[in-house]
Amino acid sequence: MIETNALSKRYGDTVVVDGVTLSLPAAEVTAIIGPNGAGKSTFLSMIARLLSIDTGTAHVCGMDVAKAPSDALALKLAVLRQDNQIVARLTVRDLVGFGRFPHSRGRLTGEDRAMVEEAIGFLGLQDFAERYLDELSGGQRQRAFVAMVLAQDTQTILLDEPLNNLDIRHAVAMMRLVRRAADELGKTIVVVLHDINFAAAYADRIVAMKNGRVAVEGRVEDVVTETIIGEIFGIEASIRQVDDQIVCLFRR
Amino acid sequence: MTNRSILATASLAVAALSIASLMIGAGDLSPVSLATGGLTAEDLRLLFVSRFPRTFATLLAGAGLAVAGLIMQMLSSNRFVEPSTIGVSESAALGMLTVTLLAPGLPIFAKMLVAALFGLAGAALFMAIIHRLRLRSGLLVPLIGLILSGIIGAFVNFLAYRFDLMQSLGSWLTGDFSMVLAGRYELLWLALGLTALAILAADRFTLAGLGRDVAVGLGVPYGVTVAIGLVIVSLVSAVTIVSVGVIPFVGLVVPNIVSMLAGDNGRQTIPYVLLGGAALVLACDILGRVIRMPYEIPVGTTMGVLGAVVFLTLLFRRRPAHG
Repeated sequence: MIETNALSKRYGDTVVVDGVTLSLPAAEVTAIIGPNGAGKSTFLSMIARLLSIDTGTAHVCGMDVAKAPSDALALKLAVLRQDNQIVARLTVRDLVGFGRFPHSRGRLTGEDRAMVEEAIGFLGLQDFAERYLDELSGGQRQRAFVAMVLAQDTQTILLDEPLNNLDIRHAVAMMRLVRRAADELGKTIVVVLHDINFAAAYADRIVAMKNGRVAVEGRVEDVVTETIIGEIFGIEASIRQVDDQIVCLFRR
Repeated sequence: MTNRSILATASLAVAALSIASLMIGAGDLSPVSLATGGLTAEDLRLLFVSRFPRTFATLLAGAGLAVAGLIMQMLSSNRFVEPSTIGVSESAALGMLTVTLLAPGLPIFAKMLVAALFGLAGAALFMAIIHRLRLRSGLLVPLIGLILSGIIGAFVNFLAYRFDLMQSLGSWLTGDFSMVLAGRYELLWLALGLTALAILAADRFTLAGLGRDVAVGLGVPYGVTVAIGLVIVSLVSAVTIVSVGVIPFVGLVVPNIVSMLAGDNGRQTIPYVLLGGAALVLACDILGRVIRMPYEIPVGTTMGVLGAVVFLTLLFRRRPAHG
């Protein structure tokens, strides 16, 4: 469960996140969509205590992220930022192992190792486990980082554009994984997405942001409509029902 | 090779170099008499007053500087920095100069602490600049370090010139083990404690190297980790400057070679870096002692030449990252 109350962030005169009040239920997948500069990543970073909060509050699993000890929060909340320009030569297994740091403080137990192998398997990285990060493709590296986040084994997971660098097969696999983590493991997942169709296909709930505010928020069918998408992104879109899925077509 | 066999090989190399270091010098000391115990009182005096201190000093400085370089690289997420290329050494020299001018009567330990404080300020300034500019990779980070060390170095030179302390400055800025005698190097043992501390905090440094967001996300206090790292780096720099002078390139070359061979997981690699640094500095010091015997070439010079060659080779051979 994530709750924010009038959460705001400004840089100089520019208000990047402007009084966002949200309540995101547990064990659901929430997608945050919106045009560039809408404040999606900043909002996510504040919930994850990666950025300081100017005004307002954010609670994750009942903990005030601005006040709770960071190491205690790391047991409840895992976050993956979008730009992981890593220069360190770590193997995939070492990296994923660091996901267990909040639990083991670096001394991996048998249970930790099992979690690491499970996360590596979840992301299909078995064959790359002993490879160094700088020897992987962008997509493989992205999956390695997601595996690290999974190994952290937290109730809440925040993912900032996890589909970056992934081809369509791995993007679908990633979103299925997100779905499974919510359905089977009861995880609360918030994911920033650029692709409306991925959001519509895999999320329970969509938060559409524009200019630092929440423009619309609700179930997929309530948010992905021609008027709302048109207004938020400033495009002409056609929304269709194909089988049981809502899809968004961008008019030529 | 397994971890154990790498460690064993490196330890053996360091041990062999240490024995060679005990043998070599202007005074004669034969390996046979050392092995059989047929040492004269004169031999023993030579060993305990000069050879042992010199060898220990070399090992400690090499290990400490290599680990300091590694930490600096982790904290700045950049492979091409070390204390002597980002202004930490110059800042520490500025500290020594200041304390020599203002409070020349202070004990050497207090002077070293002042030098460490100045070094810490220099390191913090460097970190603040690269964070401010959001330069986390590429060649700009080392360039900024070079500019910073150039500016501080110029100021130090100016001060030393004005107050007629160029000779002292020279002794701080050029590494040389030839003056090491019992009673004159013991501060360097601090480097041993500092590297032990670095091994304890290795995981945290590795995580800091993955970037602030990753570290904070895993509950590691980023600011505290960086602060601890910078304190280690500046203390190591200060004790080496005070006791033997700046030895360039160790902190750059050794961590880079270890990274290529064994990766960057600090907990595994810090022991390699430590042994590698000790071996390299010891080898350079021995080289400086034998090239034009019985005269000596300071280790700062041999290391400068050798280190530059090795470092350029590394730069050219570095595989580009895939992606």
